[in-house]
Amino acid sequence: MALLSFLDRDRTIAPAGFSRWRVPPAALAIHLAIGQAYAFSVFNLPLSTLKGITSRAPGDWALTTIGWIFSVAIVFLGLSAFTFGRWLEQAGPRKAMLASAACFGGGFLVAALGVQLHEFWLVVLGYGVIGGIGLGLGYISPVSTLIKWFPDRPGMATGMAIMGFGGGAMIGSPLAVALMERFRTPTSMGVSETFVVMGIAYFVFMMFGAFTVRLPAPGWAPSLPRGEGALRRAPVAAGGDVHVDRAIRTPQFWLLWAVLCLNVTAGIGVLGQASPMIQEMFPGTIGAGAAAGFVGLLSLANMAGRFAWSSASDHLGRKRTYMIYFALGAVLYASIPATGRAGSVVLFVGFYAVIMSMYGGGFATIPAYLRDEFGTMHVGAIHGRLLTAWSLAGVAGPVLVNYLREYQIGRGVAPRDAYSVTMYLMAALLVLGFAANWFVRPVGAEHHFARGAGRDPVPLRDGRH
Amino acid sequence: MAPGERWKLVAAWLVVGIPAAWGVAQVIAKSMALFR
Repeated sequence: MALLSFLDRDRTIAPAGFSRWRVPPAALAIHLAIGQAYAFSVFNLPLSTLKGITSRAPGDWALTTIGWIFSVAIVFLGLSAFTFGRWLEQAGPRKAMLASAACFGGGFLVAALGVQLHEFWLVVLGYGVIGGIGLGLGYISPVSTLIKWFPDRPGMATGMAIMGFGGGAMIGSPLAVALMERFRTPTSMGVSETFVVMGIAYFVFMMFGAFTVRLPAPGWAPSLPRGEGALRRAPVAAGGDVHVDRAIRTPQFWLLWAVLCLNVTAGIGVLGQASPMIQEMFPGTIGAGAAAGFVGLLSLANMAGRFAWSSASDHLGRKRTYMIYFALGAVLYASIPATGRAGSVVLFVGFYAVIMSMYGGGFATIPAYLRDEFGTMHVGAIHGRLLTAWSLAGVAGPVLVNYLREYQIGRGVAPRDAYSVTMYLMAALLVLGFAANWFVRPVGAEHHFARGAGRDPVPLRDGRH
Repeated sequence: MAPGERWKLVAAWLVVGIPAAWGVAQVIAKSMALFR
């Protein structure tokens, strides 16, 4: 019972003298762990030769089938963020992070059993469904907590956490490769053992975050070096608090939903094609090794952009920052075919790095944008509902890019030229995103939460009231 | 800042900073292939 009460929201309130800079590491522990999901493809080939070991044998799973594991995980990320966002605001970050760690770590263990028994549905249930629920809970919980700790720099705070999600693959990928090499035998690919070790290791790492996270005490405010200057300088101050059920009935919510969906769709489809694309656009110049280096560079740009752009949005303003993402992104996408024709690898790589930095920045800046529009009261729950845009984009982006490419090649277009139309389509999606962002206006006062109406006890226990 | 808070702060950042730095170093090493 004592352990359970330790998880309560009230027990996570920070004592006097607590440094708010201890909260970002707690958030990063969660996001660095769940960001492993981006590196799941490292298991694709080993999972496809579980029976044959050295080559595919009858009964081995096809690569297209294995691809469903990641897709299901991303869909359940969105669904769990949508479903449990409201609960986590009431339960507090510690309980939510514990649940996330249990689901994410436990999902690995169930998937390990699935690999051992060679039951595909069990792997999907473990990593895709249970692990995916852990992804959703773990994604929104630290973000909502950080926004409450950093009212003066919400963009920087959320950028730090979401940068962890981008960086998680950088740890997860080499860790998985090293573990599979360690456990590989002439009769086993070592995948199930790797899943067990990673499940336990990630659970422990995430528990560090769960045990060290804190909420600000009621009435707490940051002591700013120049009085309240930083808060007043913020280009977009937080408006009044809006209840989550009310928020999703405002046009601002759906415009921001479109903003996220279009930004992600434009990036995610091309990100998956990065390696073959650079090799086909520069035949004879870029080989498989250099292409892998290109993918690594894009990951770094994606991660750095999450922190840099989101921090910049505290000074530029959220709307203006998205204007830059969409306008500059559209111009760069439209220019990429020209870099291919000119044979300039440097320009091609540079343009792509900037595009990927803004793709990451789009993810990281959206929680602060939501806070500007809807206040901090239910920002976690509202963020959770907005992440359904990611689930849709995660499926639509790759399908759109792959279908368009196959269609063109089927009509006799050379593989190298087939990318040009894709780039122009991505630019068009970003122009649509620019328009959606253009129409975002501050939420009207009629939507603000009526305090003392007795409808929702959560905001009254929140640190800022 | 409360007494001992500074050490807790340093320890917390090391717990997440060390694996993150290892991961970033791995990717930078791989990215170098692009420039060789």
